[in-house]
Amino acid sequence: MSGTTHDNFARSYATRARGMTASEIRALFSVASRPEVVSLAGGMPYTAALPMDSVAAMLGNLVTDRGTVALQYATAQGDPQLRELICTVMGLEGVDASPDDIVITVGSQQGLDLIGRIFLDPGDVVIAEGPSYVGALAVFAAAESEVIHVAMDADGLMPEALGETLDRLARTGRPAKLLYTVPAFQNPTGVTLAPRRRLQVLETAARHNVIVIEDNPYGLLGFTPPPLTALRGYDTPGVIYLGTFSKTFAPGFRVGWVLAPPAVRDKLVLANEAGVLCPPTFSQLAVTTYFETQPWQDQIKVFVELYRERRDATLAALHDLLPSGCAWTVPDGGFYVWLTLPTGLDAKAMLPRAIAERVAYVPGTAFYANGDGSGELRLSYCYPPPDRIREGIRRLAGVLEVELDLLATFGPAAIHGSGTESPLRTPRSDSPGPELA
Amino acid sequence: MSTTRAVVLAGGLSYERQVSLRSGRRVIEALRHAGVETVQLDADGQLLAQLADIAPDAVFVALHGSAGEDGALRDVLDLLGLPFVGSTAPSCRLAWDKPCAKSALDTAGILTPPSVVLPHSTFRELGAAALLDRLVDRLGLPLMVKPTQGGSALGAHAVERAENLPAAMVSCFGYGDTALVERLIRGTEVGVSVVEIATGIQALPAVEVVAADGVNDYRARYTAGMSTWHAPARISDDIAEDLAKVALRTHEVLGLRDLSRVDAIVDDEGRVHVLEANVAPGMTETSLFPLAVQTAKLDLAELCKELVERAAARGPSPPLAGPSTQVRLSPRPEPHPSPEP
Repeated sequence: MSGTTHDNFARSYATRARGMTASEIRALFSVASRPEVVSLAGGMPYTAALPMDSVAAMLGNLVTDRGTVALQYATAQGDPQLRELICTVMGLEGVDASPDDIVITVGSQQGLDLIGRIFLDPGDVVIAEGPSYVGALAVFAAAESEVIHVAMDADGLMPEALGETLDRLARTGRPAKLLYTVPAFQNPTGVTLAPRRRLQVLETAARHNVIVIEDNPYGLLGFTPPPLTALRGYDTPGVIYLGTFSKTFAPGFRVGWVLAPPAVRDKLVLANEAGVLCPPTFSQLAVTTYFETQPWQDQIKVFVELYRERRDATLAALHDLLPSGCAWTVPDGGFYVWLTLPTGLDAKAMLPRAIAERVAYVPGTAFYANGDGSGELRLSYCYPPPDRIREGIRRLAGVLEVELDLLATFGPAAIHGSGTESPLRTPRSDSPGPELA
Repeated sequence: MSTTRAVVLAGGLSYERQVSLRSGRRVIEALRHAGVETVQLDADGQLLAQLADIAPDAVFVALHGSAGEDGALRDVLDLLGLPFVGSTAPSCRLAWDKPCAKSALDTAGILTPPSVVLPHSTFRELGAAALLDRLVDRLGLPLMVKPTQGGSALGAHAVERAENLPAAMVSCFGYGDTALVERLIRGTEVGVSVVEIATGIQALPAVEVVAADGVNDYRARYTAGMSTWHAPARISDDIAEDLAKVALRTHEVLGLRDLSRVDAIVDDEGRVHVLEANVAPGMTETSLFPLAVQTAKLDLAELCKELVERAAARGPSPPLAGPSTQVRLSPRPEPHPSPEP
């Protein structure tokens, strides 16, 4: 009578699969996509702003005119014409690149996964901003590496803190291998690495032989043109650049890229081949056709104005409605505002109340590898219209008032961390799914 | 092929939406496998129009959490004149509210863990520190803190040390304004499923749950491989018999109908302590009800089909009587339930 675990493979999973469990947080997120809920959780681009008729006609013509190519396998490095085009796009942010050094991937997320596969051994140390992109943390966890967070302020990653961390790691015999950074309108904080810090960060990393992984999905979505020069645009070696069409066009095509030095590129191509054989041909040709036949730069301006209006609505509502003791970032582009709660409030513990009040956000703990972030949360303004954003923040303010009342009732002993012995853990599966990442 | 047409309600807006969708999928597969024409609907703004359009012979409520289990949706089905599988709205309301259900069970002589029920406002008005101290003095440690309503262990916390009680209370209040603080009974954790079928009302074999790290929380319940389920439970025949009696009595006292699951602890001395009764037992791949059905050598597909056909044959609830009676959504007197329609 040994019983059943409902999983005949329970003893066979790799160690890295241990964190892949059901979680209360994911259960709560299952409600967030319902229309009754104002979701400030999902980082989904507002694809409704695309010229759908034009895109539909374009896709139809693609099948009619080039169907035998578009529906066929292709090379693992990706379509040459698309790689030429990517060089033009990156040129807007000061990146001078050769199409030969680009590898097309299934979104930049797969590019990140390939980087993990070719660079990271179990136990390797990766530096990331604190907080950092949840999808990157998942990749680094899958590679069984250790993420060390470095503090940020309103100007992004702090070079001094980075230097101190790298020095300390080197002294302890565990030098960092990678620095993962989202320098423009970072996910989740919306903060941008100030121009004066960019070279400092690059030099600090170079001094410690740390490879810089620059993830730049939002760089062209700045509210104050022109775009900043990307880290890869500085004349320093050691930067591997990740780009995507998910925000400038549409995430449904799942087309991203990695720009890397030739030696790295060759390994990425082989890894890509092992992973997916080739990136999706149809999506690659669709993106290429879109950028060659549609006014894509004008469309980016449409997106930017739309997101600026929503950013403004978010900031105004936060200012007007939230109780004292809250603080938030002021993004100059991208999708996100990072909210710091009054001392003692726990964003994860209050999520069920928020869902009950029909507003959703992502608790800050999802964006740290070490369980930090309980007093913080991410708000995404990219998807709901301004009036819904204000309504969502009005609901959130009500939730905060009740939580503050609870805190006043139960006192500091109830503060997160002094806490409960059962379900308030932070397993990896507490991070949201792709529609919320 | 059955001529019955069924709707399975799953999803909803409660915290248990995800679990409900999985339960609903399982019930749909079972019904379709048994040849019942089945449509899945969510509990949203389209529901009334969709139900009117489909006009099912019976509705299988696989909604967990509020609306599905608090009786509200069943009142709506009554208003629409639609028969449904499961307990009536008043019985759901009684089972859904854990303190009320415990009182009813206590009155009937069924053992439940000693407990105290306190809303957040009481702590605020009278002072939390002294009240919490008194709670610990009265109930002892360890404690189980849980919302008075809801399931899937959401918001439930085991507390071994008094200093951890405030955080558990705050977390629990995230799921509801009132907390049920119970003495944590150590022992064998079991679920006993009860079904009413042509052969009569029947308690299925108890299923024992052993969480891998000792905490039967949401993660342990819904991650295959994280718990071990023993079916039948590793208990003596005498205790198994006692458990079955307690489950049937609980089903009866709460006025439940068609199907339920009674969760209980068998302590080291063999006493059965009822924790709660569920009017919409989970049907997911890690849920206890389907495992109990299998252990009883019943067929889930045939069982679901029979429940739907019995509901269809039973027909809608009788209309509210009397010239002055208005349509209402509050409880109405409920005749003592019978296993037969």
